[in-house]
Amino acid sequence: MSAQLLITLPVLIPITGAVLCILAWRSTHAQRAINLTASLALLAAAILLVMRTSAGEIPTVRLGAWPAPVAINFIGDAFSAIMVLLNAIVAVAGALYALGATPKAHERSGYHPLMLSLIGACSGAFTTGDLFNLYVWFEVMLLSSFVLLSLGGSRPQLESAVKYVTLNLLSSFLFLSAIGLTYALVGTLNLAAIAERLAASEDRSLFTPVIGLLLVGFGIKGGLFPFFFWLPASYHTPSPVVSGVFAGLLTKVGVYAIIRTTQLFAPGWSIDGGVIAHALIWISGLTMVTGVLGAAVQQDMRRILSFHIVSQVGYMVMGLAIAGVAFDSAQAPGIDPAQRTALMGAGALALTGTVFYILHHIIVKANLFFVAGIVEQLEGTGELPRIGGLYKRRPLLAALFFIPAMSLSGIPILSGFWGKFILVRAGLESGADIIVAVSLAVSLATLFSMTKIWANVFWAPPPPASPNDTQRPTSPTIAPPTPARTACMYTACGAMALVTIAIGFGAGFAVDLAETAGAQLTDPTPYIQALLPTDAPTDIELTAGEVTP
Amino acid sequence: MTPLLALSTGVLFATGMYMLLRRSIVKILIGLVLMGHGANLLILTSAGILRGSPPLIPQGEERIADAHADPLPQALILTAIVISFAIVSFACVLVKRAYEIAGTDDTEAMRSSELPIGSDPGGADT
Repeated sequence: MSAQLLITLPVLIPITGAVLCILAWRSTHAQRAINLTASLALLAAAILLVMRTSAGEIPTVRLGAWPAPVAINFIGDAFSAIMVLLNAIVAVAGALYALGATPKAHERSGYHPLMLSLIGACSGAFTTGDLFNLYVWFEVMLLSSFVLLSLGGSRPQLESAVKYVTLNLLSSFLFLSAIGLTYALVGTLNLAAIAERLAASEDRSLFTPVIGLLLVGFGIKGGLFPFFFWLPASYHTPSPVVSGVFAGLLTKVGVYAIIRTTQLFAPGWSIDGGVIAHALIWISGLTMVTGVLGAAVQQDMRRILSFHIVSQVGYMVMGLAIAGVAFDSAQAPGIDPAQRTALMGAGALALTGTVFYILHHIIVKANLFFVAGIVEQLEGTGELPRIGGLYKRRPLLAALFFIPAMSLSGIPILSGFWGKFILVRAGLESGADIIVAVSLAVSLATLFSMTKIWANVFWAPPPPASPNDTQRPTSPTIAPPTPARTACMYTACGAMALVTIAIGFGAGFAVDLAETAGAQLTDPTPYIQALLPTDAPTDIELTAGEVTP
Repeated sequence: MTPLLALSTGVLFATGMYMLLRRSIVKILIGLVLMGHGANLLILTSAGILRGSPPLIPQGEERIADAHADPLPQALILTAIVISFAIVSFACVLVKRAYEIAGTDDTEAMRSSELPIGSDPGGADT
């Protein structure tokens, strides 16, 4: 398959699936089949893409054969390919899980086409090479997520949707303003062209506030410290498959955008004397701590897990920040060459750790939400005091929860351990001791939260039925349980747990992938050259930014 | 022209932010619309404003010789306007539904998804 076709497939397949679903609007059975088929096809395309990119190839396509800086483009380096693969895994698990979890009413209101367009938009955001197209993909993703979040229309859903919509729109407008300022300062929106012109320009200090604005915009979408409040207010309200997919993917699109833009636009982080890197260290620490403390006071499975998303995003940003600080200290004048090499190595290791952490986290987090959904379907509620004794009644479910929960807290051999191990090692090598200590403490608190769920839901005896509870509570956002439905949901969770175990035991393979991605992020020259080939026709002049009235 | 546009952008952002900080969800919606206009105007201004020089290639020539207005930001704004039109329409419906279900337009009373389980979220139907 040609590289140009391959790189468009991750967007093409889900969007085509969404269109087909709309054409088959009356038949929910056909829509289910389309959703599952499209997700499996996406997975196949993503695996092909990862195989191509892990060898160092960077497939690129410029639509309509326009020349490099003006064409709408798609580009997949190793990092993008890994994100697309994770996107596809979550899509397949979600499509399978939805067979059992999504109520009929939601399916008739367009659950399947919305989910497919959400997945397609995530693929688009991961593979685009243009700042404005990134904005467009963000908006497609947000609009699908708005509707998915409010499907069903219960009071908590609508109230949380108001907050979700408001804050995410605000972040979009900040991002759009940053795009306008970038265009004014640099005169192009092609990621590689921006990177090249910034690297060549004498005075980059004007661009620092623009990066700040981009970071605030992406930080809101990623759920970083002062901006995360929309997340725990909304993620526990929709249907469990929707929360699972949101938890796995959406915040990570924000994190992806932060990593991509800072690595491209801040060459060696010299742009601002490391101001942004040091700010990110603080932000990541506060994100980790507030997230895990917020989780500690919650008494509902999905609410606890929502706060843990915030704290886990902190780990990813911590990796990026450690890399930034290491690269920045390596630029210091008069530094010993050996020490400089060591610092650059530590920075690359931190980026490897970040990619690995995202790789592990998306699978584990979506899986935990899916398991919480099964518990809610069986028990009618996710509130810890009202459930108990599931270990005796459902040992398999207990095992399905145990694997991702222990992986999330970083118990050795499971995938989370390796992610934390790489990040901690990179942090110690680059001298960021304090943030490493914070991350380890947060890890312990995560274990506490997971133990709390485990002890309450699985080990504690079931609570005595109170006289008010004559009827078994039912949740309006989940289809009532039947054996066939439960089997679908178990299969989806089991498959994801197997992926977690595979990442843990076959860590070598995953680390190699992450290392390729980390190396390409550390030195984005191949990415820039793939996106902006030097032999491209140069008769297109970008006059903007040079026009003086 | 540019200072005037810059000033308008600032005013739009400031009023938009002020409205976003109000408690009524309708006012928040108006704030979002204003912020969107501010962002669009910012893009228009950032490309540089030129009077009476459209980016049209004269007949028989290959390219424009003189300085000309940049068409790209206008294409960007057009896209952004279409997107924000769709999203604002959705937000209008959402705000109306939320008002009907919660029985209030006060964000302080719309906290049933955040408060501890079992506590009184306020609003009309409690």
